[in-house]
Amino acid sequence: MIKRLLILVAIALFGLMILPLVTQLTPFTQLTPLATRYVEGGSSELGAANLVTAVVVTYRGLDTLGEVTVLFAATAGVGFLLRRRAGKEEEAAAHANSANDETAAGSSMPSPFSEILSTGSVVLFPLVLMFGAYIFVHGHLTPGGGFQGGVVIASGFAMLLAANAGRKLNHGVLLVVESLSGAFYVAMGLLGLVLAAGFLDTTFLPLGTLGQVFSAGAIPIIYSLVGLKVGSELTNILESLRK
Amino acid sequence: MSSVEIFIIPIGLFMIAGAIIAIYQKNLVAAIVSSGVVSLVASVIYIVLAAPDVAMTEAAIGSALTTVVFLYALSRIRRQGGSEND
Repeated sequence: MIKRLLILVAIALFGLMILPLVTQLTPFTQLTPLATRYVEGGSSELGAANLVTAVVVTYRGLDTLGEVTVLFAATAGVGFLLRRRAGKEEEAAAHANSANDETAAGSSMPSPFSEILSTGSVVLFPLVLMFGAYIFVHGHLTPGGGFQGGVVIASGFAMLLAANAGRKLNHGVLLVVESLSGAFYVAMGLLGLVLAAGFLDTTFLPLGTLGQVFSAGAIPIIYSLVGLKVGSELTNILESLRK
Repeated sequence: MSSVEIFIIPIGLFMIAGAIIAIYQKNLVAAIVSSGVVSLVASVIYIVLAAPDVAMTEAAIGSALTTVVFLYALSRIRRQGGSEND
């Protein structure tokens, strides 16, 4: 009873804390100086039609690198924890196999799914993959970018894995794609440091004309690398969770 | 009240209802799906507030991937719990 009362008091205090956010909210009628700088510079300095991408990849590029690092650390942690347990389970399964061969062999077979589901997932998978690639390649033109496209790709893999229980993914390829794209992302940042104004400056490649796919300097390249990295990391998490 | 507010308030109430169902639902699969619905509705709100980038992230990560990860985790827990009972 007292516990429940304390919880209610805590919720009420929390509500009181964020109440001023609602009552004293006055909508901005004009941009702050920094926002004005970003809005004007996004298309003229960087050549990116999508302002969000200009901010995420270039103006706040270091924060994006940090986000990618956090995601990498999370993936590494999940892989580490689940791999060890999977190893133990395999050992246990091997023991069970040697002790009782027939029943273990029967239970380890993947359960069959319906023909429609498995065939449909194989037909849809390339389309989902292509849509994810479209999202991150056009990150500087349309809403979305590396993170969104990467998650779409990972959801395509999730569909494939869910519909085909026996299918195995090649961990080596995922690891190579993930590490190479991460390394090239940092390399792009360093190129900006050498050839342009600073780390993760994307203007060392020609800006091109606004609205073209090959424009906005290195933004499409960096966002494609982020997309590949996020996609392979999340697919890796799903794959290690599935076992 | 602006037209945006008229649209957002019922959607927000729907989100709160989904969150309460996710907490009090005894069936865990239904609770997971309900929490995914909360994210999906949140992404609709982001679209109404003219933030398509955030909406895409919320729809893809919050409602799709998180739900899948929760379902995988649930199936793992059930499998391990089952093997202990045997």
